[in-house]
Amino acid sequence: MEVTSIQNGIIIDHVPAGTALKVLHYLHIDPAATKLALIMNADSQQYGTKDIIKIEGENHVDLEALGLIARQATVDVVEGGVIVAKKHPKLPHRVVNIIRCVNPRCVTTTERGIDQLFHLVDDGGNGKPEYRCDYCDEEAKF
Amino acid sequence: MNQPSADATASMVGDSVITLDTLSVPQINELLNKARYIESHRRQVARTCEGRVLATLFYEPSTRTRLSFETAMLRLGGQVIGFAGAQLASVSKGESIADTIKTVSTYADCIALRHPKEGAALVASRAAVNAATGDRVPVINAGDGGHMHPTQTLADLATIDQRFGRLTNLTVGLCGDLTFGRTVHSLIETLCRFGNIRFVLISPEELRTPRYVVNRIEASPTCSYEETTDLAAVIGQLDVLYMTRVQKERFFNEDDYLRLRDTYILDEAKLSHARPDMAVLHPLPRVNEIAVDVDDDPRAAYFQQVRNGMLMRMALESSVLGDELPGYEPLGDDGNDDHDDTEE
Repeated sequence: MEVTSIQNGIIIDHVPAGTALKVLHYLHIDPAATKLALIMNADSQQYGTKDIIKIEGENHVDLEALGLIARQATVDVVEGGVIVAKKHPKLPHRVVNIIRCVNPRCVTTTERGIDQLFHLVDDGGNGKPEYRCDYCDEEAKF
Repeated sequence: MNQPSADATASMVGDSVITLDTLSVPQINELLNKARYIESHRRQVARTCEGRVLATLFYEPSTRTRLSFETAMLRLGGQVIGFAGAQLASVSKGESIADTIKTVSTYADCIALRHPKEGAALVASRAAVNAATGDRVPVINAGDGGHMHPTQTLADLATIDQRFGRLTNLTVGLCGDLTFGRTVHSLIETLCRFGNIRFVLISPEELRTPRYVVNRIEASPTCSYEETTDLAAVIGQLDVLYMTRVQKERFFNEDDYLRLRDTYILDEAKLSHARPDMAVLHPLPRVNEIAVDVDDDPRAAYFQQVRNGMLMRMALESSVLGDELPGYEPLGDDGNDDHDDTEE
């Protein structure tokens, strides 16, 4: 298998092992319509294993959506085959239309045309952050 | 010359009340004071909301709450429109909550909404704008599923305040379904803001208080709690015993409901171990968790609680409408009693 270096695009590194496809989903990146390479369960000195996502022709990534699911990831911006910037995801205080409320009694399950809104309750230190639905206060599962 | 005290509820005009978290402790104290004033000045306040229309939109049955909201507006001189039961509403034709609210907002000055879905009141509050005038129409949450029921908590607070003259330095026992009981969660969270409360959480193992509610107690520097399954063992320590119904509609499994329904039944025998001035509260309706013979005991406060609910709704409706109670003197800054409102 040959994975060539990208010329203009982004490299999302240090993605938690096994979650690369989920990250693409949260970032609204369609793998069927995007030139990308996924490297999954690669060795990582820092985390043991990690996933890496390389996307050609894309220079923007939603750092808040990425922070929600892969807060330890890094984003390298590549131009002309050279890394020109390194970005870090931010843990969002508000999450809009990225995850859905799992509470079957929540109004979002029946009301049409409303956003899925969550707010940060606990940043979880280095662990998993806790978000709750704006409408029903159910803890977000993601 | 002395300036008149500022009314802490003045800033509530046009605001929706979805949860008590959005009201400050001074505002809650002011509402309690208004309710006391209304109780003793029935004639003076009888035309406070003359010309106003309250819409009670009840998508699920709740006779007591609906009648309370409606009586509150009628006693303030306003009028009432609305429906009770989703089968009567346009929802049966597939209309969204937002569309119904936008429509009703062109008719009514204030809306009381009861809906089985959690978060419905928040959706309604965002849609409640009078299309003709652009004015916000306040929505009062009359219960959104198992989520919030702020006016019930106001009734609970008024009753405790009436019995003890304070909302701090109390031992408050909460008994029964502490998992799904929204009134319990709301009361705990609100009392934590007043501070100096010792909670005794009495429930079967399966219906214990959710972690996020316990966290709220732990976050209060002056409140504490203990959890127990034995009501008889702790009843003698309590100033307030808040009984709850195990709600069938909150269970997906009927076997669980039947097994847990009769865990705690308060009767005169149990009550004989309680303090003579303890207050027994219950959000009603009860099934069998309080024996009928307790009703005649002076410690039974649950029907008083019903009346206080109406008085608090009168205070709330007039406040969000900005209709001043004739002759009322605000508490003003004095409304900021000793409390622990760390979130302000």
